Amino acid sequence: MKALVAVKRVIDYNVKVRVKADNSGVDLSNTKMSINPFDEIAVEEAVRLKEAGVIDEIIVASIGPKESQEQIRAALALGADRGVLVVSDEKPYPLQVAKILKNIAETESTDIILLGKQAIDDDNNQTGQMLAALMGIGQGTFASEVKVEGDKVNVTREIDGGLQTVALDLPAVITTDLRLNEPRYAKLPNIMKAKKKPLDEKTPADFGVDMISKQEIIKVVPPAERKAGITVGSVDELVDKLRNEAKVI
Amino acid sequence: MAILVYAEHDNASLKKATLNTIAAAKQIGDDIHVLVAGSGAQAVADEAAKAEGVTKVLLADNAAYEHQLAGNVALLVADVAGDYSHILAAATTTGKNFMPRVAALLDVSMLSEISGVVDAQTFERPIYAGNATATVKTTEDKVVLTVRTTAFDPVASEGGSATVETIDNVQETGKASFVNEEMAKSDRPELTSAGIVVSGGRALANGENFTKYIEPLADKLGAAVGASRAAVDAGYVPNDMQVGQTGKIVAPQLYIAAGISGAIQHLAGMKDSKVIVAINNDPEAPIASVADYFLEADLFEALPELTSKV
Ligand SMILES: Cc1cc2nc3c(=O)[nH]c(=O)nc-3n(C[C@H](O)[C@H](O)[C@H](O)COP(=O)(O)OP(=O)(O)OC[C@H]3O[C@@H](n4cnc5c(N)ncnc54)[C@H](O)[C@@H]3O)c2cc1C
Ligand SMILES: Nc1ncnc2c1ncn2[C@@H]1O[C@H](COP(=O)(O)O)[C@@H](O)[C@H]1O
Repeated sequence: MKALVAVKRVIDYNVKVRVKADNSGVDLSNTKMSINPFDEIAVEEAVRLKEAGVIDEIIVASIGPKESQEQIRAALALGADRGVLVVSDEKPYPLQVAKILKNIAETESTDIILLGKQAIDDDNNQTGQMLAALMGIGQGTFASEVKVEGDKVNVTREIDGGLQTVALDLPAVITTDLRLNEPRYAKLPNIMKAKKKPLDEKTPADFGVDMISKQEIIKVVPPAERKAGITVGSVDELVDKLRNEAKVI
Repeated sequence: MAILVYAEHDNASLKKATLNTIAAAKQIGDDIHVLVAGSGAQAVADEAAKAEGVTKVLLADNAAYEHQLAGNVALLVADVAGDYSHILAAATTTGKNFMPRVAALLDVSMLSEISGVVDAQTFERPIYAGNATATVKTTEDKVVLTVRTTAFDPVASEGGSATVETIDNVQETGKASFVNEEMAKSDRPELTSAGIVVSGGRALANGENFTKYIEPLADKLGAAVGASRAAVDAGYVPNDMQVGQTGKIVAPQLYIAAGISGAIQHLAGMKDSKVIVAINNDPEAPIASVADYFLEADLFEALPELTSKV
């Protein structure tokens, strides 16, 4: 079986985001970029499935600027076998990403398609679901457990009220939640080896997908500041403030 | 054209998130239809018909919709979409699960978790864990949206008198089936709609301490219990208690964070609370930057004292 894993290049989760002074967007100059954390979990899951003998080959794909090859290399260092970079200087939207991924998944006949549940930059939480719909296949979103059994996969999902398990025919799309696994760190020899693994470069046009956006960003502003709070010296003072000043208890 | 709101429910009763979603729809237009897809869900449809501002309820009642399987629900919604200019669902795990599928079936882009309506094509939404708010104008002629419920005050649950129309539209992908569900049982209020939330973090050190220190305070205040990711990952509490960028978004009247440092991902889920209290033994903890009242204390001493005094 083959797996396809989608990895997005995003601002590192530790970086404090700054909005540009002209309100045109977020300032990404000189900021540390990483694999979207959920996608790292997706790569780790694919590698574990490979180690368990369920999967033979792992393909990673990313759509974005040329620099996204750093994120593909990072995924290769974690154990993926080869990469596809679809270079686009236009910012891709989930539907466009899904269309490209569908093309790759179908040409490569991948059985398990792993994505993160959400990219931590735009917080969309859309791509995996869109991909599954375009392919007309099942989806297991927000996965905390994945069990492949024959030609089916059971996915346990983190939902608002608790946990839900669904059984999906393969091929299927799975999107990862935080509790699925804890990604390993790449070892130095593997980072070296990753540099020699194949990495194909493509363009959206190769897949017949246009990058025209149907969404115009009018402005991006920082969130409203909260007014500065105070330090209280004791539980009694806290209770008094909550009762008589804030009037919330 | 009318606006379609997808109802959130458990086949027995309508979830409040639907009323928040209707409120967002009302800012876009007046002709609001609610779609109830479920199994044995007549009572839900009747409830939806009474909600303020609803003009019509569509009920698709079939076993195929019992567990809200995304594939089936999306086919249904896409099938009725022709009559609507906008399609909205709450940004719950149900809405997030099927709505992008609807958009893909309709070949349109969508907007997730809108927090404001500027006009019928222009919306505000938080990005980068709430560290920025984007105003986005869509040129799609069918607008597909999920709604951040905490950003819209719910419409009244009574007062409306919409008609209920049953539609026998059964859609099944045949590619996915329900296996089982383990739902957390709790007598406490629901996290996302509670007036007060008491949350614990890594500092609680284990699940027993949640029971011993967090829950008594929550029960005294009639509050819901929340947690940081660290507390959930460590297994102190179940996943559905996680508050944050990638967990639940809450905006209660009062949020009490005990032993939570205040990472941006956590703040993203609670910084719109009206009053924030932080109890932390480190005055430098980032949570101090959003707290209205910061108590520098050992939570194992402060929480029992607070519980006894409220
Ligand atoms: C992709 C991604 C998504 C994430 N999503 C979320 C999310 O949705 N929600 C979320 O919460 N996190 C999320 N996180 C994790 C987040 O970055 C933090 O790691 C997490 O919030 C930390 O949890 P904590 O505050 O409980 O633990 P810590 O950061 O370890 O903080 C513990 C705090 O307790 C204090 N403390 C210790 N002992 C005591 C005591 N006896 N009395 C009082 N105070 C004490 C300490 O001073 C410290 O401030 C996400 C991370 C990533 C990468
Ligand atoms: N440009 C991209 N390149 C590769 N994968 C992506 C891209 N955008 C989104 N994805 C995948 O889709 C998931 C969900 O992203 P989103 O729907 O944007 O929140 C991510 O975690 C990735 O796995």
